[in-house]
Amino acid sequence: MTTVAPPVISASNVWKVGTVASVHTESPTGRSLMIDVPGWGGNLAGQHLDLRLSAPDGYQAVRSYSIASASPGDRLELAVDRLPDGEVSPYLVDDVQVGDQLEIRGPLGGWFVWRPEQTEPVQLIGGGSGIVPLVAMARAHAASGSTAKFRLLYSVRSPQDVFFADELASLTSPNFEITWVYTRETPAGWPTAAGRLSPSVLKTATIPAAEKPTVFVCGPTGFVESVADWLVALDHPAASVKTERFGGK
Amino acid sequence: MGIISRGFAGRSREHNPELPPGQYLTEDFPVLSAGPTPRIDTDEWEFTITTEHGVVHRWSWADLMALPVETVATDIHCVTRWSKLGTSWRGVSLDTLFAGVDTSYGFTMAHSYGGYTTNVPLADLMGGKAWIAFEFDGAPLDPEHGGPARLLVPHLYFWKSAKWVRGIEMRKRDDAGFWEQNGYNIYGDPWLEQRYS
Repeated sequence: MTTVAPPVISASNVWKVGTVASVHTESPTGRSLMIDVPGWGGNLAGQHLDLRLSAPDGYQAVRSYSIASASPGDRLELAVDRLPDGEVSPYLVDDVQVGDQLEIRGPLGGWFVWRPEQTEPVQLIGGGSGIVPLVAMARAHAASGSTAKFRLLYSVRSPQDVFFADELASLTSPNFEITWVYTRETPAGWPTAAGRLSPSVLKTATIPAAEKPTVFVCGPTGFVESVADWLVALDHPAASVKTERFGGK
Repeated sequence: MGIISRGFAGRSREHNPELPPGQYLTEDFPVLSAGPTPRIDTDEWEFTITTEHGVVHRWSWADLMALPVETVATDIHCVTRWSKLGTSWRGVSLDTLFAGVDTSYGFTMAHSYGGYTTNVPLADLMGGKAWIAFEFDGAPLDPEHGGPARLLVPHLYFWKSAKWVRGIEMRKRDDAGFWEQNGYNIYGDPWLEQRYS
């Protein structure tokens, strides 16, 4: 963290009107949304946005969401997991329909991003819906034809909870390997029992520190805290481990 | 404006005057950090104030504990939109630490263990508005929340309250710190909703 990325210049303070173009159920608790936002103009892989909902009486609620897409143009994709006590996520997962309008501000953030001109190896580590900005990076990696070595470690409760399952499978290549960790329930015939990610699995399934990867970790706070500590113990310099956490402790 | 989100009712219409615009109340204490959590032993911890004359004022953990400690009850506001009301802290006022510091510069850069930086005008650190805090809710501050000690500048968005603080450097200009170079506002007043640059 002693070096920082150059500032991201964008019209990020302007609210734009987005229209829901399609919705797709990803898991029992999560859904992805394609949203058309005239004037959006694309975003970097890993950036987030603010989403604002307005009730008829003028009440508004705003939340930040990571962006699952990293394509140029005015269509973006979100993937949202329903929080049991949430105010905005249940609406996005259960209620919003094609043609509905939302307000969007962004793209935001210049730290937790991957740019196609980066050539060093990249290790992605996602817990639960923390996969979303990492999917954007995997998509950007594939779309750009980057030959940088990419690996993903995706920790998820069960096969049903996987976001973007088919697409992730289709993205695998010699330059993009995926390791799955199922914490509660595995697919049938899986070689190992369900269980939380351990330091030994992390060590064997990720790019070693000697290859000087940039590591992106996103997930619930407890997951990210543990993984980041283990990475430092595996000799990854703290400055090369970029984290994004959600939720309290 | 004028966009209505069809079928969106929202949770609550009670306006809480203690909440800045665009914030929601949380009982949790969420963690926002850009990298791994540094683990700093109080035996090796030190805090410095460095002036434009090259003078370094230095405090060990024992030095800090020997200074007058204040109890601070305050609301905190994170740029990611959560606010937490009535939090309780203990720490040493920056007024106390700056008492013997000779500087004519008006800006500061806070530096943290782990490399984080954030810029704060000196005026925002003085006058009972900022502390080096080492206790939260009656217990030593967790490393995840910036322990052993963090800057506490609660009238600004909470990224200004640098976790794992190790020093303050006087600056002539209001140079941008870490998040300030990464899309966030140079000052960060939650009541003016100064979130982004």
